[in-house]
Amino acid sequence: MSAADLITSAPDREPARHSLLTRIVIYGLLVIFAFVYLIPLVVMVMTSLKPLDEVTGGNMFALPQHLTLEPWIKAWGEARIGVSDTAGIYGYFLNSIKMVVPAVLISTVLGALNGFVLTKWRFPGHKIVFGMMLFACFIPFQSVIIPMAVILGGLGDIGRSLIDLTGYSFGFGSPTVNLVIVHVIYGLGFTTLFFRNYYEIFPTELIKAAMIDGASFFQIFRRILLPNSTPIFIVTVIYQFTNIWNDFLFGSTFAAGDQAPMTVALNNLVNTSTGVVEYNVNMAAAIIAAAPTLFVYIVGGRYFVRGLMAGAVKG
Amino acid sequence: MSSITAPIAAEPRSRVVLRARLQDWLPRLVLAPSFLIVLVFVYGFNLWTVFLSFTNSKAFANTNLIGWANYEKLWNWTFETDPPSGWYTALVNMGIFGGLYVVFCLVLGLTLAILLDQKIRGEGILRPIYLYPLALSFIVTGTAWKLFLDPRIGLEKAMHDWGWTSFHFDWVVNPRMMIYCVAIAGIWQTSGFVMAMFLAGLRGVDGEILKAAQIDGASAYQTYRRIIIPMMRPVFFSALVVLAHMAIKSYDLVLSVTGKNPGGAAELPSTFMYSYTFTRNQMAVGSTSAVIMLMTIAAIMVPYIYSEMREKPQ
Repeated sequence: MSAADLITSAPDREPARHSLLTRIVIYGLLVIFAFVYLIPLVVMVMTSLKPLDEVTGGNMFALPQHLTLEPWIKAWGEARIGVSDTAGIYGYFLNSIKMVVPAVLISTVLGALNGFVLTKWRFPGHKIVFGMMLFACFIPFQSVIIPMAVILGGLGDIGRSLIDLTGYSFGFGSPTVNLVIVHVIYGLGFTTLFFRNYYEIFPTELIKAAMIDGASFFQIFRRILLPNSTPIFIVTVIYQFTNIWNDFLFGSTFAAGDQAPMTVALNNLVNTSTGVVEYNVNMAAAIIAAAPTLFVYIVGGRYFVRGLMAGAVKG
Repeated sequence: MSSITAPIAAEPRSRVVLRARLQDWLPRLVLAPSFLIVLVFVYGFNLWTVFLSFTNSKAFANTNLIGWANYEKLWNWTFETDPPSGWYTALVNMGIFGGLYVVFCLVLGLTLAILLDQKIRGEGILRPIYLYPLALSFIVTGTAWKLFLDPRIGLEKAMHDWGWTSFHFDWVVNPRMMIYCVAIAGIWQTSGFVMAMFLAGLRGVDGEILKAAQIDGASAYQTYRRIIIPMMRPVFFSALVVLAHMAIKSYDLVLSVTGKNPGGAAELPSTFMYSYTFTRNQMAVGSTSAVIMLMTIAAIMVPYIYSEMREKPQ
């Protein structure tokens, strides 16, 4: 039983018998905590539905008196982000989608293959290889960001000469392509870890039998492992999606201006120092930025938690 | 006849051998690109950054080696308190933020997990509420808390509206106190994760042990204090390691809670590295601080990964 299953399964042991008073205290504390965890989100949503004068003049805990969707419309299509000419955050939302979809798919498929090799096709030194890939999950990105900037700068140069030669850059130097590359590289450790731990407990006898029947490496992978891998694929995709969508450091370093992902645009919007601070628009933008990952959390909460636990190495 | 058939028979055999050999090597060939990528882009780049920390690179990377000068510089800045150097501020803030973040996440996480483990009605509703902040990006969390704590429109104003006029809470705009707000937002975001880790640990405790304790007349408090919490030691250790490494890597949260870290008041090693490398054109100093971050995390994670991998049965 994995850690995540333990969380959701009710224990079969005798419950501790509590007096009524103790039970009231327990429930009271739990509800207070739930309130504390919810209140920032509630305030965000309420603020985003108020006109600006009600935000600056009123109480943040008060329900909106004049419900308005104006801040949402403004955040989505009209708000000016930093010094960029593009209005609204929807362009940045699309940037994030264009970046996150290929990055998640590539890193997940590679992770599945790596996990397969590292558990069922072991070779001398497989543990060291896995250990090295595992440590890669935890490095501070500050220690790779300068060389990465140099390399991506080089790709940009290639792209410019390609444009001179052919009129197309073929993706060289494109911020979206750059971010896909970066996220695939630094996501590999986690995806490999997830699949490795999942395939570790997959019965090796099945694979041995298929090998005796003459099935090839890819046949075994496709016919035997893939049909049994749906849960771990969901876990990995959710984990990678959340991490890459929420990334800020790489996005702000390697994709400036109009090409920036959602988190960078949100930070620029909120911290623009010119003019009146439109808190309601900022909050609407923040909720839009959070919506995809929150949606995934609500739909696939179980798998989300499982990914988190696996990310803490203990599988 | 035989002189004709022999080469025909030999050719498929060598093809079979070749294919078998390819099948032998295929798994390794499949893994090789990923491993090479990690080797180059993680380990190679780390070494590259180490190399840069021994140069005098400014806006661009160069190869003029200057020995340990950058490390000496950071070492001296560590003790430069009047006026505090950016590095000194970063280290002090790291201590404040990291300490509060780790301790409060552990305490809150364990408390919530124990409370939830009391056969609670509605656990299925409460648990996801404690966990949802984890789905948010630190930028969103920071944006929310910045508004929430803003004295002009947030908590302070709401308290004044409700008649508590002496209530004063301006930490988020007070350079000296900003880092505490970063810690509050960070704890809010991550404590649910620690709760989940402890809850999994608590649910894994063998019911027989608890039954025995009950028969011996141990109270619920005693059972937790003497039996269950000591059994949580491995979970506690895992959570500590994960939290410590997350604290060191924290970057986005500082920028979003404080509004781009005005005047470097909420400086952390991560923001120090970034500003020296990309805005102050002192790439070598930035690299040096990155190497120190890397070494700190390696000191935490390498023993942890080693022990995790050794525990697992083959």
